[in-house]
Amino acid sequence: MNTLLRRQLIMGGVILAALLAAPFVLPMYWVIVLTEILTMSLFALSFNLLFGYTGLLSFGQAGFFGAGGYFAVLTLIHGPQSLWAALAAGLLGAALLALVIGWFCVRLDEIYFAILTLGFGMMLFTVAHNWRAVTGGSDGLGGFTVPEMSLLGFQVNLFNPKNFYLLVLFLVVLGVLLLLRVVQSPFGLLLKATRENSNRVSFVGANVRSVRLFAFVLAGALAGIGGALFALFNRIASPEMLHWSFSGKAVLMTILGGSGVFLGPAAGAAIFFVLEHVITAYTTNWMLFLGAILVVLVLAFPKGVLGSLLGLYARRWKGPKP
Amino acid sequence: MEGFLSNVLNGLSWGMLLFLISMGLTTVFGVMGVLNFAHGSLFMLGAYFCMQFVRWVGSFWVGLLVGPPIVAVLSILIERYLLRPLYGRDVSFQLLLTFGVMLFLDDGVRLIWGAAYHLVNPPDILSGVIPFFSQTYPVYRLFLVLLGPLLGIALWAFFTFTRWGKILRAAAMDRQMAEIIGVRVPVLFTAVFAFGAWLAALGGALAAPHQSVGPAMGERIIIESFIVVVIGGMGSFPGAFVGALILGLMNSFGTTLVPDLQMALPYILLAVVLLTRPRGIFGGEA
Amino acid sequence: MTEQILLEVQKVSRSFGKFQALRNVSLRIQPGRLCALIGPNGAGKTTFYNVVSGRYRPTSGRVFFEGRNIARAPAHRLVGMGLLRSFQITNIFPALTVLENVLVPLVVHHGSSFACFGSIGRRPDLAEEAEQILSRVGLAGQSHRVVSTLAYGDKRLIEIAIVLARRPRLVLLDEPTAGMNPEETDRMIRLIRDLSERSDTTFFITEHDMKVVFSVAEKIFVLNQGEMLAEGTPEEIRANPEVKRAYLGGSLDAAGI
Repeated sequence: MNTLLRRQLIMGGVILAALLAAPFVLPMYWVIVLTEILTMSLFALSFNLLFGYTGLLSFGQAGFFGAGGYFAVLTLIHGPQSLWAALAAGLLGAALLALVIGWFCVRLDEIYFAILTLGFGMMLFTVAHNWRAVTGGSDGLGGFTVPEMSLLGFQVNLFNPKNFYLLVLFLVVLGVLLLLRVVQSPFGLLLKATRENSNRVSFVGANVRSVRLFAFVLAGALAGIGGALFALFNRIASPEMLHWSFSGKAVLMTILGGSGVFLGPAAGAAIFFVLEHVITAYTTNWMLFLGAILVVLVLAFPKGVLGSLLGLYARRWKGPKP
Repeated sequence: MEGFLSNVLNGLSWGMLLFLISMGLTTVFGVMGVLNFAHGSLFMLGAYFCMQFVRWVGSFWVGLLVGPPIVAVLSILIERYLLRPLYGRDVSFQLLLTFGVMLFLDDGVRLIWGAAYHLVNPPDILSGVIPFFSQTYPVYRLFLVLLGPLLGIALWAFFTFTRWGKILRAAAMDRQMAEIIGVRVPVLFTAVFAFGAWLAALGGALAAPHQSVGPAMGERIIIESFIVVVIGGMGSFPGAFVGALILGLMNSFGTTLVPDLQMALPYILLAVVLLTRPRGIFGGEA
Repeated sequence: MTEQILLEVQKVSRSFGKFQALRNVSLRIQPGRLCALIGPNGAGKTTFYNVVSGRYRPTSGRVFFEGRNIARAPAHRLVGMGLLRSFQITNIFPALTVLENVLVPLVVHHGSSFACFGSIGRRPDLAEEAEQILSRVGLAGQSHRVVSTLAYGDKRLIEIAIVLARRPRLVLLDEPTAGMNPEETDRMIRLIRDLSERSDTTFFITEHDMKVVFSVAEKIFVLNQGEMLAEGTPEEIRANPEVKRAYLGGSLDAAGI
């Protein structure tokens, strides 16, 4: 494990301890904000599996995020009142969609890939927006109750934001650990190689399309869980969750935190919410500032906030490069 | 019959506006290799400036003539100071930068003019309706339908016969060669970017009387023009024309024939084209 | 005496629009014999390699590798069959380390492409094998350097190392000494000769540097303007007047041949 990763994991461990303590020390408002940050972190991290690690810029990940939300809610409305069933439906439904859509998209490169993923994401958006009978149309899909969670024989009431928060924390940490394994695995190495030189990867005997597709499905599945949690948390699945501008959020958070570091997108999600909170206190034109920040980042800090910080820290510790 | 014809005219009038903005987008991509997310915002600015001039001097024509050059100047600043530093880097970063500019401009418009929608009346000479079978049809839309091909021909003539036009076409085909024969590429890029912005803003100014002017204009049109450019072929001028017409007609007929599916039609067409002939109808080597 | 044929190319042609880059090119390569493909600039050598290695499909003609028709096979499948190539313009993984560059083909070779749950750190067998390959090409001790920081000559060695990781039956080496200074070139000659003698891999090189060709090749094929001009041992080629004419007294004389 390289030192950069190790440092992040130590940091992450410390933060995890703080996150575990949070619901018992912080006011309810912050617990709710943290729940949102965690959910969006999972979304952004799943996006970065494609962008930072595989070199694929997808503007359609919101399609899988939102689909996960809808599948979860649909399960609760039409199926068993089981939380785990809803989450599983979100995961599997999104993964299946990613498999089908990804099969088409991995045939293309770079800009064409980005545009096609955007196109498919918007097709899913249209379905969610127009298919009133099933998805509730532009009003979204609500009218369900979040069931109690059965855990080790106990029934946990999820109306309590503290409990919901802990559930989200648990699942997000699980997702992070999964991503960690993937990124450090032989497959992970192949992803990075594909990012560096996809042409050469096929000349060492790997089917680049299959590699990319596998990553696409993994990313879609994780986005699906994020979306399921998001929908359950907000008590509604709405079409906006699938719009390309929502995909843009994942992109923004990743660039904010840094696409070149493992926890970058998570840091970016946190920074995003803090910025939004601070700026909207003064003005409604928060997108203006976000746009300006993005421009500054791309020009001056391409490694993102976390990436630059870790880079600075490394240099101070080791001294300047010879 | 009149339903069919009015669909055709609606499709063509919207298509012509789409053509103008896509023309700018595809030229920028063809010469510079940059896909400008903020292009729709420039279109929107053209509409807003036109509206503002109508308020100040009461003349649509002033808005049409003066607004787009102002947007072009703004775009020169964007290209020179924001985009130029990124030319050596990964294409994704250019896309991200223009995405940031888009967010900035889209919200900036809200800051300056508010979030409400505004109506701009067409100039007197083009306002009103003319009899059309048993109904009437807006004069302004007919104006757009006629203006589009005229502008298209003018642009074609520019690219074919003038020196600058030939340089642009050559640079679009082979940037390195253009550099070798002495074209100063940085200046060329700025000029192309400004030209594209001017076209987009012109489209916006022309669109102002056609649809209400509001902060979501940019977002709505950027994706459609992406699709036009992809379908027609990135960097292809006739491609932008044909692609815009197809999308315009699809929009108007789609609303009548398959209202539920209409929103998704452009994306379905996009997917079909990307997967069967990625370089587009008129595109060169993909 | 019938020897096995490793690679058989039958009347392969390849056109790009109106331009015909290859015309009815045929050749045969037997296992264990180091062969070279030479020809003046524009002769079609790289196109030939691209066709054989699966990058392009031939416009007509057939290609057989170990008896199997491979003309329509994609590049990655050919690699699985044991046919690899290296590149004239260095085509490696710049942001990865030296070790990782060799690990990538190893991972694929051992079927672990989709192994996504075990840490690669827990595969010391792979790391060891990678280190061995690096030693063979002369890059021992550089494992953790990022490849983009290496000297040009060392990057060319990584090209070779990546190819070797897949234990190929046949390797097409596309101008292995391109851009190298005389010392690096000598090092490469020794390496190629050493690998050719000591392993099961057959090398097929294409080169501009005649010194390299004439010091390692057992059989030489000469391509000119897309057609096979001559083939034979180095002595035969040296004596061939048509070959001399094709080169217009250029490289052959310059190499003191």
